[in-house]
Amino acid sequence: MTDWMMMAEPAQLLPARSQMALTLMFHIILVPIGVALPAIMLIANAKGLRHGDPVALRLARRWSHAAGLTFAVGAVSGTVLSFEMGLLWPGLTGTYGDVFGLPFAIEGIAFFLEAILIAIYLYGWRRLRPWTHFWLGLPIPFVALAGSFSIISANSWMNTPAGFTIGSDGRPTNVDPMAAILNDALPYELTHFVLAAYMAAGFMVASIYVVGWLRGRRDRYHRLGILIPFTVAAIATPLQIIAGDTIARWLANNQPVKFAGMEVVTTSGPDQPEIILGRYDPETNSVRGGIRIPGLNSILTGGSRDTYVRGLDAVATADRPSNVNIVHWAFDIMVGVGTLLLLLVAWFAFAYWRRRDVPAFKPFLWVAAASGVLAYIAVEAGWIVTEVGRQPWIVYNVARTSDAVTHSDGVWASFVGVSLLYAALGVATVMVLRAMSRRWRRQDGPDEPEEAVPYGPRPEPAEPIGPAEPSGAAR
Amino acid sequence: MTAAEAVAGVLVLGVTLYAWSGLADYGAGLWDLTAGGRQSGRRARALIDAAVTPIWEANHVWLVFLLITCWTGFGIAFASIMTTLFVPLTLAALGIVLRGASFALRKDAARRGWRHIAGALFGLGSILAPFSLGAALGGVAAARVPVGNAAGDQVTSWLNPTSIAVGLLAVAMGAYLSATYLVAEARRRDAPDLERYFRARAVGAGVAGVGLGVAALGSLWADERAMFDRVVARGSPLIVVGILALAVSFGLARRGVVRGLRVAGVVGVAALVWSWAVAQAPYLLPFSLTISDGAGSPATLRWLLVWTGVAAATVVPALVLLYVIDQRGQLAEDPTVARSAGPDGSPWRGDAAPPSPGPT
Repeated sequence: MTDWMMMAEPAQLLPARSQMALTLMFHIILVPIGVALPAIMLIANAKGLRHGDPVALRLARRWSHAAGLTFAVGAVSGTVLSFEMGLLWPGLTGTYGDVFGLPFAIEGIAFFLEAILIAIYLYGWRRLRPWTHFWLGLPIPFVALAGSFSIISANSWMNTPAGFTIGSDGRPTNVDPMAAILNDALPYELTHFVLAAYMAAGFMVASIYVVGWLRGRRDRYHRLGILIPFTVAAIATPLQIIAGDTIARWLANNQPVKFAGMEVVTTSGPDQPEIILGRYDPETNSVRGGIRIPGLNSILTGGSRDTYVRGLDAVATADRPSNVNIVHWAFDIMVGVGTLLLLLVAWFAFAYWRRRDVPAFKPFLWVAAASGVLAYIAVEAGWIVTEVGRQPWIVYNVARTSDAVTHSDGVWASFVGVSLLYAALGVATVMVLRAMSRRWRRQDGPDEPEEAVPYGPRPEPAEPIGPAEPSGAAR
Repeated sequence: MTAAEAVAGVLVLGVTLYAWSGLADYGAGLWDLTAGGRQSGRRARALIDAAVTPIWEANHVWLVFLLITCWTGFGIAFASIMTTLFVPLTLAALGIVLRGASFALRKDAARRGWRHIAGALFGLGSILAPFSLGAALGGVAAARVPVGNAAGDQVTSWLNPTSIAVGLLAVAMGAYLSATYLVAEARRRDAPDLERYFRARAVGAGVAGVGLGVAALGSLWADERAMFDRVVARGSPLIVVGILALAVSFGLARRGVVRGLRVAGVVGVAALVWSWAVAQAPYLLPFSLTISDGAGSPATLRWLLVWTGVAAATVVPALVLLYVIDQRGQLAEDPTVARSAGPDGSPWRGDAAPPSPGPT
C-alpha cells in the first residue's frame, strides 16, 4: 500500500479506492449466491419432483430462502455501488458514461426480473402446482446470467475499451455502444466469472452440510445437501482450470503489463521462470525470495522455453500496476486454491464412481468443509487480480484512475462510515443466516420459513389487525 | 423531440415512479418509527409490516434505474451532481443501506431486542434517505451545482434553506402517500381504528407538506429568483392541480371515503414533481448545462430509449404474472400448509385501485 501514497496523486485516491474495494468485495460475496444458487436449488427441486423425494424438495425450499435473503442484501449493496460510480469516479461516468453505461441498463432489467421471479418462486411453494412452480423458477438462472453478462461487459470494457475514439476535446466520439458491450475481454471474463460463481456457490453450500456430516448428522438430508451442490462445483472446477489457463495466455498478449504483474515478470525476454510468491521491489524492479521454476512461465505462456514474455520493464514506472505484490500474491492464491479444489474434486469423482456416496476419507471431508471459504477466497483474489492489475488505469491505456477520482472532500469520512456500516451489515447477515439454519434444524419437518423472507409472500402479521378489542391500541 | 429530450422525459418519469413507490416506502418507515412503544404501536406496526411487503423493496430499483440512465445519457450532469452533492448523496446511500438491510434482516433476527434495533435503524434510514435525496434535488433546482468535478460548494450546495425545505418536503410527501395507502390497507383488513389512525396522519402529513412546499417556494424566491420565476410561470397550473388533489384527498379523508384517496395522493405528488421538471427544462443543471449540451452520444441515447421499451415489455408482464399468482393464491389457498385464514392479498396489487404504487 505504501507505493500508492508515495506517488503524487489526489488525496482522494486512496480513500476512494479503498471504499470502492471494500464495497465491491462485500458485494461480490453475495453475487455467486444470486447467480448460481438458483440453478442448484432448481436441480434439487427437479430431483425432488421427479423421484417424489421430500428431502430434496425441503433442500430446494430452504436454498430458495437463503437466495431470497442474500438477494435482498445484494440489492442494497448494489445500489451503493451505483451511487459510488458517480460519487467516487466522476471521471469515469462523466466522460465515458455514454460509452459503457448501457450494460448497466441491461443489468437493471435483469435484476428487476430476477427479483420478481424469485418472489414468484418463493410464493409458489405454497400456492402453485409443483411442476408449474418449477417451470416458473427455471428462467431465474438464465436471467441471472444476463445480469452477469452486462456487469462483466462493463468491467471487461474497462480492460479492453472499445467502441469509441477520443476526439480533439479529449472526450470520446464516434460512440458505438454495441462494440463497447461486445469488447474483446468479454468472453474470457464472463466465462471465468460464471464458472467461479458456480464453484463458489456449490462449494459454499456443500461445505455447510459437510460440517454437519462431520458432526455426525449423516442422514439423507445432509447427504443430498452435499452431493447436489458439490457435483455442480465439481463440473465447474476442471472447466475453470482450462478457462483460467486460456485467459492467462490471452492476457499475456492483450494486457501484457497486467500479466507481467500477475507473474512478476520483471524484464522482458524468453525463458521466464515461474515465480511463486516472493516479494517484488518496485524501486529496483526485481523479485526477492519466492520459489522459482526455471522456464515454466514461458512454457505455460507459449508452449516452449523460447517464448518471449513482456515484462514490467516494457512500460514506464508510472504505467505499471500500482501494487505488483498484491496482484501477484492474489494471483498465486487464486491459482493455488483452484489447484487444491481440482484435487478435491478429482478425489470426489473417483470416490463417487466407486461407492456412489459422500467420500468417507476424513481428510477429504476436512478440506471439503473448508472448500466454500476457499472458493470465496479465490473469487476475491481473482477480483483483486483483475482490478488492481489494471491499475494505474481505470480505462486501460486510456484514462488513469487518479484522473477519474472525485475532487470532493470527505471521502475519508465516507470510507470510515461505509466500513463501519458494512461491518455491521456483514455480521448481521451472517447472524441471521445462522439463526435461520438453527431454526430449520429445530423444526426439521414441513416448515414454512418463507414467511419471513424478503421478496417472499406477505407474512401474516403476528398481531391480528382486525377490529380492535375494546381496550385495544385504537387512538 | 430529440432523443436527449426523450431520455430526459424518461428520467422525469422515473423520478415520478420513485416518488410514488420508493418515497412512500420511506414514509411507511417513518410511521413505523413514530408508532410509539412496543405495546401501543403494535397494531400500527403490524399493519405497516403486512403492507410494506418484501416486494416493496423492489421499488428501489427505480432509483438504480435513475442513476444508471443519468450517467449513461447525461454523464457530465451526473458527475457534476454526484461530486458537488457528495455529502447528501453519500448520506442517502447510507440511509438506503440502513433501511434496506434492516428490513431484509429484521424478520429473521433471532432475538426480540435485535428486531427492535433493526426496526429503529429501518425508521432512521427511512428519514435520512428521502431527506438527503430531496436536499440534493433542492440544490440542483436552486442552481447550486455547476458543471465540473466537485466544482460547486460542497456544503452550501445542500445546506441552504431551499435544500432543507425540499428535503423535508420529500419526507412529508412520502409520509403523506404511505398514510393514504395505509388507510386503504386498514379498510381492506377491516380495522376501522387503524383507518382513522392513518387518516389523521395523512391529513397531518398533507398539511405539513403544504407548509413545506410554501417554505420551499419562499426560500427559492430568496435564493434563486430566476428559478422561482420559472416555477411560477410554467409550473403554476401543475401546482394548482397538486393543491386541488390534496384538497380532494382531505375532503375524502374527512368523509371517511377510501376510494379515490390514493389516486388523489399520487396525482398530487406527480403534479409537484412535474412542476419542478417543467420549470427546470431545458436545463439539466440550471442555468449552466442544457439537455442538448449535456447529452451523451446519440447512438447511446437511442439505445437507451429502445432499452426503456424493452424494460416496459419485459418487466410489466412479469409483474402482471406476479399479481395474477398472488390473486389466484388468495382464491385457492392450500389449506394443508396455509396458516390460519386471513386476508393475505395486497391492496397495492390486483385490486381495482388505479396507478398502483407497487413496483410498477
